[in-house]
Amino acid sequence: MLTRRIIPCLDVKDGRVVKGVNFLNLRDAGDPVELGARYSDTGADELVFLDITATIRSRKTIVELVRKVAENVFIPFTVGGGIRTVEQMDELLRSGAEKVSVNTAAVANPDLIAEAARRFGNQCVVLAIDARRAKTDDRGPRTEGGEQANESSRPAKWQVCVKAGSEPTDLDVVEWAARGEELGAGEILLTSMDADGTQAGYDNALNKAVTDAVNIPVIASGGAGTLEHLYDAIIEGGADAVLMASITHFENYTITQMKEYLRDRGIPMNL
Amino acid sequence: MITVIDYSVGNVRSVCNALEHIGCEAKLSCAPKDIEAAWGIVLPGVAAFGYAVSALGSLAELVKEVALAGKPLLGICVGYQMLFEESCEYGVHKGLGLISGRVVPIPPGRVIPHMGWNSVTLPADMDLFAGLGGAKHFYFAHSFCADVADAGAKIAYADYGFELTAAVQKANIYGTQFHPEKSGSAGLTVLQNFYDICKRKAQQC
Repeated sequence: MLTRRIIPCLDVKDGRVVKGVNFLNLRDAGDPVELGARYSDTGADELVFLDITATIRSRKTIVELVRKVAENVFIPFTVGGGIRTVEQMDELLRSGAEKVSVNTAAVANPDLIAEAARRFGNQCVVLAIDARRAKTDDRGPRTEGGEQANESSRPAKWQVCVKAGSEPTDLDVVEWAARGEELGAGEILLTSMDADGTQAGYDNALNKAVTDAVNIPVIASGGAGTLEHLYDAIIEGGADAVLMASITHFENYTITQMKEYLRDRGIPMNL
Repeated sequence: MITVIDYSVGNVRSVCNALEHIGCEAKLSCAPKDIEAAWGIVLPGVAAFGYAVSALGSLAELVKEVALAGKPLLGICVGYQMLFEESCEYGVHKGLGLISGRVVPIPPGRVIPHMGWNSVTLPADMDLFAGLGGAKHFYFAHSFCADVADAGAKIAYADYGFELTAAVQKANIYGTQFHPEKSGSAGLTVLQNFYDICKRKAQQC
């Protein structure tokens, strides 16, 4: 049986993994190659590296990084951040990345997804979506207790944001995800901007809306704080994989702890 | 030395990295002399079926020839699919025809691509899986799968709501639908086993 996946996410800046916003004691979370190898050795199913500077200069650094990671890590990893062309994707894949993720460039030019899928196969192409609850939806992402609010009869809407979340677009997240699948994306990396960094749980209404709308795997991202959050993203949100940063980088939980918890609650895991 | 066929697209480096990690000299090449001189050949899993076949071009005949002469051959993912007679991915394309069977879409009714770690039941008589016990998880990423029609082939299966062919072996011809180079320590053991098979074969000659 296919297992659900645990995917640590490494945000890379100037060749280093950087911390989430709330943890001053770990501004620098370490060397990406070392951290990647450690996650691989301790049971992570996959890794995601995001170049959060995504400048022309950082592009060279990230290709070099991919090369080094691929020499030391024998599990799949995805690379994303600032990828604009099929040539850039080719360079990253040839350097040893299993998949590449696109976000802003795919919104500007949806054909990029189709072009990449035709050339590399759809299993290589990850559509990353940064989702923000639309302002017309006044319920907010969560109540204080961390429960999903559902009193409102108005269906929730999320808008696609680009340029590292700084720029909202008119695109509806659910429609864009379905369009991405149609164009040839093999997977969706779905980040809730509302939940990100809160450690208050994933936005499972968002996850559910997207997993119901597409037939390709969906990675839930943003908001992981507890083991139960991972379970909820899979069961309530229908996520095929869960992505996290803070709770693994800061060693709140080991990968094994996460997997054992989920397995004991009946979810197939690679243990 | 093992030659990894270079298609000039996608992630071929990872197979070489994994082979080098286990102490095997691996050469990424598409030169006929490297195919002839190698102890064994790896057809890595990149790109779409039609693209991979056309990239292989005239080398296909040579690969077939050395495989039929007894040189160990390991196909991975699309490289594994190419061992069969034909595939219907983006039109019908002929494969190497080393194993009888066709490559068909994964049946609908489940998440596609089949992406992630699935448990493979490992038959005791497949030497690719020596030392790994009865079952292990391996990493898959594919939308098509092989429908094997070869009575002479040994098969390992995974469960994806149907019996998914995860690996085959027919004499010196091996194939894995999963990516051993991306399947952690179990995957490295599979590559080590293939390397050992190649070494044994080379010593016999």
